Amino acid sequence: MPRPKSGIMKTLTKVISGWGRVPIQSCELFRPEKYSDLHAYTSSCIARGQGRGYGDASLNDEHAVVLTEKLNRFIFFDQTAGILTAEAGATLKDILEVIVPAGWFLPVTPGTQFVSLGGCVAADVHGKNHHRVGSFGQHVINFSLILADGSCIKCSPHENTDIFWATIGGMGLTGIIGEVTLQLLPIKNPVMSVEHHAIQDLKEMDLYNDDYSVSWLDIQRGSAIVMTAHHADVNPEKKLKSSKVGFRPPHFLLNSHSINLFNKIYFEIQSRKTAFNSHYEPYFYPLDAIKDWNKMYGKKGFVQYQCVVPTLEGIQEILAIMRKHNAVSFLSVVKKMGKPSGGLLSFPMEGITLAMDIAFQPNKTPDLLKELDAVVVAHHGRVYLAKDAFLSAENFNKMYPAIEKFMNIKHKIDPKNNFNSSLSRRLGMGY
Amino acid sequence: MARNILILGATSGIARGIAEAFAKKGDNLYLAARDEFELNRISVDIVIKYNVKVTPVVFDIENYAEFPKIDNLDGVLFAIGYMGHDVEKVMKINFTEAVKLLNYYADYFVVQKSGFMVGISSVAGDRGRQSNYMYGAAKAGLSTYLAGLRNKLFKQNIHVMTVKPGFVDTQMTFGLPGMFLVADPNKVGTKIVAAVDKKTNVLYVPWFWRYIMLIIKSIPEFMFKRMKL
Repeated sequence: MPRPKSGIMKTLTKVISGWGRVPIQSCELFRPEKYSDLHAYTSSCIARGQGRGYGDASLNDEHAVVLTEKLNRFIFFDQTAGILTAEAGATLKDILEVIVPAGWFLPVTPGTQFVSLGGCVAADVHGKNHHRVGSFGQHVINFSLILADGSCIKCSPHENTDIFWATIGGMGLTGIIGEVTLQLLPIKNPVMSVEHHAIQDLKEMDLYNDDYSVSWLDIQRGSAIVMTAHHADVNPEKKLKSSKVGFRPPHFLLNSHSINLFNKIYFEIQSRKTAFNSHYEPYFYPLDAIKDWNKMYGKKGFVQYQCVVPTLEGIQEILAIMRKHNAVSFLSVVKKMGKPSGGLLSFPMEGITLAMDIAFQPNKTPDLLKELDAVVVAHHGRVYLAKDAFLSAENFNKMYPAIEKFMNIKHKIDPKNNFNSSLSRRLGMGY
Repeated sequence: MARNILILGATSGIARGIAEAFAKKGDNLYLAARDEFELNRISVDIVIKYNVKVTPVVFDIENYAEFPKIDNLDGVLFAIGYMGHDVEKVMKINFTEAVKLLNYYADYFVVQKSGFMVGISSVAGDRGRQSNYMYGAAKAGLSTYLAGLRNKLFKQNIHVMTVKPGFVDTQMTFGLPGMFLVADPNKVGTKIVAAVDKKTNVLYVPWFWRYIMLIIKSIPEFMFKRMKL
């Protein structure tokens, strides 16, 4: 096993996984506490923030993983201009706690605040406002990147441009992201003004629009609830709860009947709430209130399959396959996506994205995913690497045509492939 | 009212948790450590998060010309520690130099007629075990020193607290074999800061270490010497 050139640092060999708990692999963990120590780990590793990617992006089977969780310090905050610099191990929750009271918000946020800043850059994450503002990487002013030779460079859309766009969405394979500088979004208060609209067919999704928009989907029935929102102008007098602790159903209750029933009840409840105010936490991060909700799926874990295709036909075809196999998803969301960011391996593209949580069944799920991947390829779409654990190298190359350009840049700055992961090997990016 | 607190050894994992816990209460901090680069990062971080005054002080316990001189201190927290194979260094950093430093601030507070002192010792000092007794011996010396100092300064209204952490999730313990019930340094920091206000004498963190050590201390020596601990 190639080892990082670390003299003082102790390592911990541990079995770890992503959030979906498939796959589970033994990795050699390093956890630097000093920023200057990061430079010692560049001989062979993958950086891991909070391990909230679902599949194997932050795993390195029998190889080294550098945990960035202790490198989470704020370096700069301009409260007037809304510019923030923090070390990449800082979580979005850490950041929100500081910026929201100062009248700022994250320009883009995924569905959990328990992710690291570095992870958001490496996966070029998107949020419910993608159709309006694009993905995370488009709001990054610059970041520092520690390269394979141990040097540290600054990257921005104007400086080391190629490396910048290879790293945005680059799954940590260009180097270790050290610090990130973000342009924040001004807000008047922590409140979201939300509207729910029940629709019987996804075609009606376009009828409703706002800064934020996402649709919760009942795959079996084809009905959906479009949930739109914007940051509220006026703070309502009623005090809103930040978050409440939720209940995690035990995994033996999760079967096609119970999920079906849950979806029916959920639809009824949510479609009755038409317009209301919500604190930003329950709006953006409903599942964060349920600690370790991923354990709901039991020991076998689950897969979150997320793809994007240019047209609704592709989505309908995927849903048809799900119904054909009687495959259920506990939570399915659909959202319209806007223009891509320019990140060479970024997921978002113009079209419609669908995400489904599927309990993992070793004898069924891989085949189902293969079938879904084929549809996505046929529709010129792609699968989200941050959530993936099963995509083949062949299909990956078809979905991400900029891979060649990415590999050219990687060869230049990382000639010995020091930055590698279980995901990079699976997708044939090793050399 | 905001207090002025000096933390010696501010770049350690535990010290960071403690510094944040003081800052959360609105206290101003003087953070002393030898690594200027890290020190500045930690200082800026705390200023941004808690909007308190933080002054970095470059200080190396192994090589210094004078003690960090700061006016109007309300408290000092000693969090410097070294665990390693260099026996002389273990004794020097954890005991002899620690005592020199703490003596200086004890005199400072006596003249000022107020203040509190906290020393981070270790459960390892409660009983010598074959696996870690050099470090344990140095920490036992520190604990005894702190107990004597507490006794001496009590009448002058200067409180001295001994902290005995068990396993805390920091660089010192990461990857060490035999770790269990490892505590989050931020929670440990919050406990220590709360204990300062309560004028606790000897604080075990997490609390159950008091009982683990009570059991370990109660094993008769003729049995203990045969055990692998």
